[in-house]
Amino acid sequence: MSSLVARRRHPAAIAIVLLLGLILTGGLYAAFAPKDADAAATSSQAVAAGHKLFLSNCATCHGVNATGTDAAPSLVGVGAAAVDFQVGTGRMPLANPGVQAERGKVQFNSTEISQLSAYVASLGTGPSIPSSSLTSGGGDIAKGGELFRVNCAMCHNFAGSGGALTRGKFAPNLMDVSGRHIYEAMLTGPQSMPVFNNSNLSPQDKKDIISFLMNVKTEASPGGWSMGNLGPVTEGLFAWTIGIGMLIFIAVWLGKKAA
Amino acid sequence: MTDDNDASIPKEPAVSHDESGRAVATRDGEHALPERFENPGLPPHVHRQGDHDEAAAKRSERQVAALFTISMLATVLFVVAYAMIGKDDDVTLPILGKVHALNVALGVTLAFSLLGIGLGAIHWAKTLMSDEEVVEERHTLRSDDEARAGAIKVLTDGAESAQINRRPLIKYTLGGALGLFAIPLGLQLVGGLGPFKGDVNDLRTTLWDTGVPVLGANGKPEMKNGKVVTRPRRLMRDPEGTAIRLSDVTLGSVFHVLPEGINNTPEPSNEKVKAAVILISLQENKIKSARERDWGLDGVVAFSKICTHVGCSVGLYEQTTHHLLCPCHQSTFDVTEDCKVIFGPAKRPLPQLKIEVDDDGYLYAPHGFEQPVGPSFWERG
Repeated sequence: MSSLVARRRHPAAIAIVLLLGLILTGGLYAAFAPKDADAAATSSQAVAAGHKLFLSNCATCHGVNATGTDAAPSLVGVGAAAVDFQVGTGRMPLANPGVQAERGKVQFNSTEISQLSAYVASLGTGPSIPSSSLTSGGGDIAKGGELFRVNCAMCHNFAGSGGALTRGKFAPNLMDVSGRHIYEAMLTGPQSMPVFNNSNLSPQDKKDIISFLMNVKTEASPGGWSMGNLGPVTEGLFAWTIGIGMLIFIAVWLGKKAA
Repeated sequence: MTDDNDASIPKEPAVSHDESGRAVATRDGEHALPERFENPGLPPHVHRQGDHDEAAAKRSERQVAALFTISMLATVLFVVAYAMIGKDDDVTLPILGKVHALNVALGVTLAFSLLGIGLGAIHWAKTLMSDEEVVEERHTLRSDDEARAGAIKVLTDGAESAQINRRPLIKYTLGGALGLFAIPLGLQLVGGLGPFKGDVNDLRTTLWDTGVPVLGANGKPEMKNGKVVTRPRRLMRDPEGTAIRLSDVTLGSVFHVLPEGINNTPEPSNEKVKAAVILISLQENKIKSARERDWGLDGVVAFSKICTHVGCSVGLYEQTTHHLLCPCHQSTFDVTEDCKVIFGPAKRPLPQLKIEVDDDGYLYAPHGFEQPVGPSFWERG
């Protein structure tokens, strides 16, 4: 003890005390912090809670047994991934019927979404929610770009900016969609989008595509202002209105006399 | 002529001339027109501030000089930016977002460099250079008779000394040579109108019409009667080039497909633009056409991905409506009914590729397309 007292003015003492304090608070937090929702998601408790949520929020359209009605499809076998995508992006519960359910305010918190997912997953086997190692980037960007251009770019645009489909439907912009929701959309094929199952695009392929999109989002635009990466639409609009407008302005100024 | 006041009857023009020669309408009748409109001349010249005020002129001079100086500064900055900014440096700017710093710096400095010269020159011309109106009289275009006769004489003398009239053989062969010279120019236009038979660009045949060699036990192509034994090509995923099982194509799936062995052909890209295929799985009872059901397997059907309008890649498939949409001109094809056109400029349905499952469980195409793929061409018939 006396040796500790003697060394309390040692230059390293303050660092050691700080380190001990950090380890102590970290350890206490780990011991007492609320457990992650995933741990409870698979339990029958979560299924029961999800069933309750389902009956009060979804059963009107999807039916009491989730087997579907004229207004909405059956949810048997769509899997947890479909629920996590539809509810997690605010598309469901549907705000109002239209040509397309659009992204909106998320109506449930993450615990409720995982409970709903657990309930729907219990109805029949379907795609499950992907692990975060597949949805947070780190894949082969070049390969992902190639796969994206073959499978996705015709609807979602070469830079993931989205594009028009028929009769008011559209493929949404992918730039601010989380990797997990992109993965789930490929896996389940929501609404107009076709399914890209794991034998078409393997989990690694999907990871590469998500990595490519993350890179597109963070990469600097080499040509200056990208104008939303919408190609000839915005570029043409700019040239025809602002560009030609400026040329006309300059022509008028040129032809005007100074006096 | 009667002496009434009926305005509908033409009268002598009620016009007199004032002392300056200008036509002046008399008050006699409101329909009176001048005999001829005189040139009203130019409006009086308005002098600019700088024309008589030396201080204003000096100010203009400084403004022009300032614009030229801005140009010089911008040019120097261009050189500095070129030397100082790395090609991978990024910068985040308002409105523009994250951009390559070098490109933006070069573009902006070059713009100011050119604008400084241009705006300076215009400002100079408008405020300092003389702006007195000048009238330039127009002259008749016809040369006088003497000059015309002289020109004709030069030509006839030239023809005479070249002996072109005395030697018709030269005259006619020259005419023939010059006339035939038009053919090489026109030939390229006519020749480019359509694909020729047997050409790699011939749209009547695709890689699906040919097979791939069957490999024997030793890894070499099997031979029979001196010929390589072939089997039909399998459907392969684009771009991986892996074969597809029927069970892989789950309901609602879309696979983008290329023929097996496309990368072993002499011109893979030329083959790809003709042979690209989209493989779609839908509920079989949704398919209205018996032929389409026959050529598919359990609701899995394969269609050419090359638009029959101008050959874009048709890839936008809507799972709910079973519409296949071309991104270029919005031609829309109905996958439930032989991919017939339901909207847009395309005139023919997309050709279907018949698919079957081979002994190893993989999808293959027993024969190629029955119609030419892609846009219509003249000899298509």
